[in-house]
Amino acid sequence: MRRRTTALDGVAALLILLLMVQIWLLSATLDAYLAGHTDAALPGAICSGLIFVAVAGLYRFVQRLDRAR
Amino acid sequence: MANSGDKPAARNRESLWKDEFSIFQERERFVSRRQLIKFLTLTSLGMFVGNVWILFRSWMRRDSTFPRQEIARIGEIPVGGVKLFRYPNPKEQCLLVRTSEDNYVAYSQKCTHLSCAVYYSREDNQLICPCHNGRFSIRDGAVIQGPPTRALPHVILERKGQELIAIGMSGKLES
Repeated sequence: MRRRTTALDGVAALLILLLMVQIWLLSATLDAYLAGHTDAALPGAICSGLIFVAVAGLYRFVQRLDRAR
Repeated sequence: MANSGDKPAARNRESLWKDEFSIFQERERFVSRRQLIKFLTLTSLGMFVGNVWILFRSWMRRDSTFPRQEIARIGEIPVGGVKLFRYPNPKEQCLLVRTSEDNYVAYSQKCTHLSCAVYYSREDNQLICPCHNGRFSIRDGAVIQGPPTRALPHVILERKGQELIAIGMSGKLES
């Protein structure tokens, strides 16, 4: 139980870190878009998508951890 | 028959409820963390959707064309004078300033900070936002001071005989 809790803490910390990067990415892309620059939109969306895939992977890891309980 | 079919589902709901709101402290902590992770995953999805929305808007507006619109006649306003007009659509207010005998400039009137209407100050020769004292250069719309971080969208003008015609905007995507 304790090891599982530690794993969850680690996952939550990693998720928060990834989300901070994603928030920065979204605000930077939006700022560029509002300034009339469209070039940042595609790399921004790709990076955000990759971060979401990583986050979803961590969520699946937690689900598997639950099933193993 | 229908009742007997509903029973397992009801039992599952109850067990899920017990699982989510366990009376054991250790389990309760475990559940709340799991819910936090679920919430963080949904937030991440929301931000990804936001990025895709920006990409979609960028693609939609990339090929947009601005209309040609006559906004004033030469000599219609005096030097240092201002004329308000709407461009590129009836919702967007812009202002035309005659800075010298032969020079006209036009910008969106919407401040890039919080969308207050900017006005032209002849004394300072600047565009000023009265809400937070943001100031923009009359020469190119660049920020001089205050909270705005982006320049004012610039209306591109063309002189055709005695007419001033707006043909596009720079630093702005909406048409």
